[in-house]
Parts: sequence; C-alpha cells; structure tokens
Amino acid sequence: MKQYLLSVCYPAGGQPPAPDALARIMQDVGAIQNDMQAQGVWVFAGGLTDSSSATVVRSQGGEVVLTDGPFIEAREQIGGVTIVRAPDLDGALAWARRLTQAIGVPIEVRAFMQVHG
Amino acid sequence: MNDVTDAEVAAIFRREYGRAVAALMRSIGDISLAEEAVQDAFTTALVRWPEDGIPPAPAGWIITTARNRAIDRLRREASRDERQAAAMEMIRMDDEPEPDVRDDHLRLIFTCCHPALASEAQVALTLRLLGGLTTPEIARSFLVSESTLGQRISRAKAKIRDAGIAYRVPDVAELPERLRSVLAVVYLIFNEGYAATSGAQLMRESLCDEGIRLGRLLVELLPDESEAPGLLALMLLIDARRAARVAADGSFVRLEAQDRGSWDRARIAEGQALLRECLRRNRPGPYQLQAAIQAVHGDAASAVETDWRQILTIYDALYVLAPTAVVALNRAVVVGEIEGPEVALKIVDTLAIPQYHLFHAVRADLLRRLGRIADAAEAFQRAIAICGNQREKEFLEKQLGELRRN
Repeated sequence: MKQYLLSVCYPAGGQPPAPDALARIMQDVGAIQNDMQAQGVWVFAGGLTDSSSATVVRSQGGEVVLTDGPFIEAREQIGGVTIVRAPDLDGALAWARRLTQAIGVPIEVRAFMQVHG
Repeated sequence: MNDVTDAEVAAIFRREYGRAVAALMRSIGDISLAEEAVQDAFTTALVRWPEDGIPPAPAGWIITTARNRAIDRLRREASRDERQAAAMEMIRMDDEPEPDVRDDHLRLIFTCCHPALASEAQVALTLRLLGGLTTPEIARSFLVSESTLGQRISRAKAKIRDAGIAYRVPDVAELPERLRSVLAVVYLIFNEGYAATSGAQLMRESLCDEGIRLGRLLVELLPDESEAPGLLALMLLIDARRAARVAADGSFVRLEAQDRGSWDRARIAEGQALLRECLRRNRPGPYQLQAAIQAVHGDAASAVETDWRQILTIYDALYVLAPTAVVALNRAVVVGEIEGPEVALKIVDTLAIPQYHLFHAVRADLLRRLGRIADAAEAFQRAIAICGNQREKEFLEKQLGELRRN
C-alpha cells in the first residue's frame, strides 16, 4: 500500500463559496471522508487557514529567522489536504475524482516516498 | 547455420521487444530494469545466434534469457532483502506454466497510455516499449532532440514508478476511458506520420506504418472492443491514399484532385471489410464513424461522384458522439458541398478555433468561392502563418497566389 497526498488547490485571492454552497460542500466532503474511513483508507484530513497567515522559519547563518507570509507567493494555494492509503495511483485518483466533484476546485495527487525497511 | 545477420536479429528485436519487456515487467515490476534485461538478452543473441542459429521460438528464448539475466543481476546487487525476495519470486515464476502473453502485452499498453501521463510521454513510451523504436528513431520522427526525448522517456518511467501507476489491465468500469486514451495515442502516432504537424516532409511514413502495426495489435488483443477495429479501419482507409496525396515534386495533392487510380485498393478493401464487421456489432463510436466517412470517399470513382449527403449523415452522428469544434468544421465543409459556401461559412464563423490552421484554410476557401477575394486572402495568410508543415504551407501559398492572379 502506498500513501497519497490529495491537496485541494484554490486560486489565491479567490472568493470563498456562498454559505449555503459551502454547507453543501462540507456535507459532501464529510460523506467522502466517512467512506474513506469505512474502507480503511483514511489516514488524515484537514483544512488549512489562508496562506497569508503562514509563518516561514528558516535557518540562516546559525540563527533562525522568522518571516511573515507564505514560502512562495503562488497563484494557487493549498486549501486543505487529505492523506489516503491506496494500492496504486488509480485508487488515489478515484478518491480525488470524488473530491474535485464535491469541492469544485482541482485536486493534486502525489505519492509519498516509500520507506524501505 | 552461420548466416544469421544483425539485420535478422534487429527485425526480431522490433517484433518481439514489446512482448519481451511486457513479460519481464510482470516479474520485475520496473520498466527500466525489464528493458535492461531484454536488451542484455538481445546482446547475447547477437553473439549466440550466429553460432547456434536462430532458436525455433526466438521470443521465448529472449524472455528466458532476459529473465535469467535479471535474476543474476538481482542476486549480484541484492544488498537489500527486498531484491533477494524479488529474485526468489522470479525463480519461482520460472517453474510456473507460461502465463497469458496477451495479458502481459495489454498491461504494458495500458501502463504506457495511462491518462496521468502527458500525451507526448504516452506516445514516446508506446513507441519505445511497444514499437521497439530506439530513442534516436523516435526523436527523429517527432523532430525533437535525442536528449529531450530521452528525458521525456525517463521522466515518464520515473512517474510510473514514483506515482505508483499500476501495471495492470483496467477493470470493466475503467476500461472505456482507459481504452480511449490508448486509441488516441495510436491515432496520434498515425496522424503525426500522415499529416506531420511540422517539418519539411508532408508525411513521415514510418509513423503511419507504426500506427497501423499498433492498431493491428490492439485488434488482436481486444477482440471485443468495436472501436479498436474502427480505428484500424480508419487508418487503413486514410493510408490507402498515401501515394496519391503527394505529387512527384513532394507537394500536397488534395482529395478532390487526387488520382484515384493510385489509391491502394487492397488497403481500402481491408479497411471497408473491417468496418463492415465492426458496424454489425451496432456499438458505434467516433473511430468507426470517421472510418465510415473515409469508406464513402473510397467508394466514389471520382470526386464529383462523392455521396456528400451520406457523409453529412455520418458527420451528424459523429457530432453527437464527439461534439468538438474540429468535427463541426469538417461537417461545415460537407455542408458547403451540398448547400453552398454561404451556409457553410455561417457555420464556420460560429466556431472558435483560431489556433487551428485548417479553420482559416476552410474559411479562405469558402470566402474565395463567395467572391470575397480580400477576405479570402487574409484568411489564407492567417492559415499560412500558423501552419507548421512546410509542404502544407506551400500548398496554401500556392492557393493564395492563384487567388491574387485571378
């Protein structure tokens, strides 16, 4: 089994959905997550606050410096992540399909590196 | 015994490479390792066959030799338990009866054409692994540098490995979508040969041949899918006009001006027979319908005898299945033949595909027929500006020149 990161990609600075649309999205996403848990593939999921609220911590010449704001100013930002277990890419893509249909924004699917024992 | 030539081994390489890699993939699970093993086996064949003669079943010999090579290699390099286990697994599989070669082959095709790979990566992998073409050969066919193509292939292989693209035949639910992607790759290969999108030559025949060869393979491997013979029929019917499409000086000859006597009648007959057979299954699809359109052209003894009404009926059906602007454009050309250029132009002007050179070429031709010479000239110029094939460009320039003279 591999693990896959499904990232919800929002256009930066976009308008959030209207309250009732958002409620429907949350309900649909909740149903998908229930299915993930029922099938034993769910590892983790969570939504993220806006990337403008991020803090970057970097080591510079022996000192640790903090910077206000995201690591990269991008046109898209990650709005949330889900981690699932799947036997192969097709398995992960099937969940991503359901998520993108529920949320209406693109989902990036990426495999975690496999650690060999 | 000693007259086995390198050319004979090369021919067997072309024919059996894909099958051998496919068989090795099942036990090794990594494309690059499978390829290395098969290439090792062919290197051994170059030494052994001239001495021992070509074995009665060359593919089996290659697969067995490649498997032994891979086991040796895995044992030698088995620094990790996992590799040792893989070697043991391969030895175990050696004792099993030969599994379904057809399935191995299909698995490889579906892996190469996985929709998570970029289309150009699908094409390159398919030509490399199934067509047995070398990287320089593929690079030449697509007019890209060997290093670009090499990177494209290694990136695709890395993605298959890292993203975990499964080496398997899709299940029934996934099959339609996955098959579409396989058929699209084969047609893209054929089309790039037939109507090269760039370069000085009008056609690159080796890609046409490769497309047809892969088309035949798909028909053999997927006997229940009617779109596979549909695609093969389409390619054969188009390819039948290969010789008539190029004039002695290498310039382009359009359909209505072609010498129909030099159409390849055997190819047309084969394409039409295939088409009849798959249409009987009554599961029409875009490739079968496009083949049907070509079949109507194949039936017309001269351009004026073309049954445009029948072609329009087929285009209407095609547009229902594939409502794309390109289909609408081609349909508009047919409308122009039946109802005249004015009606056709009205349809063409509703289409928004300014990046497609044939959109402007079709508009130019309709405008010319309507006597709107200045507009026609402008449309020809736009078509010429974005056409990537030198021969097609010359053809458009010739038409523009004639327009200005009259």
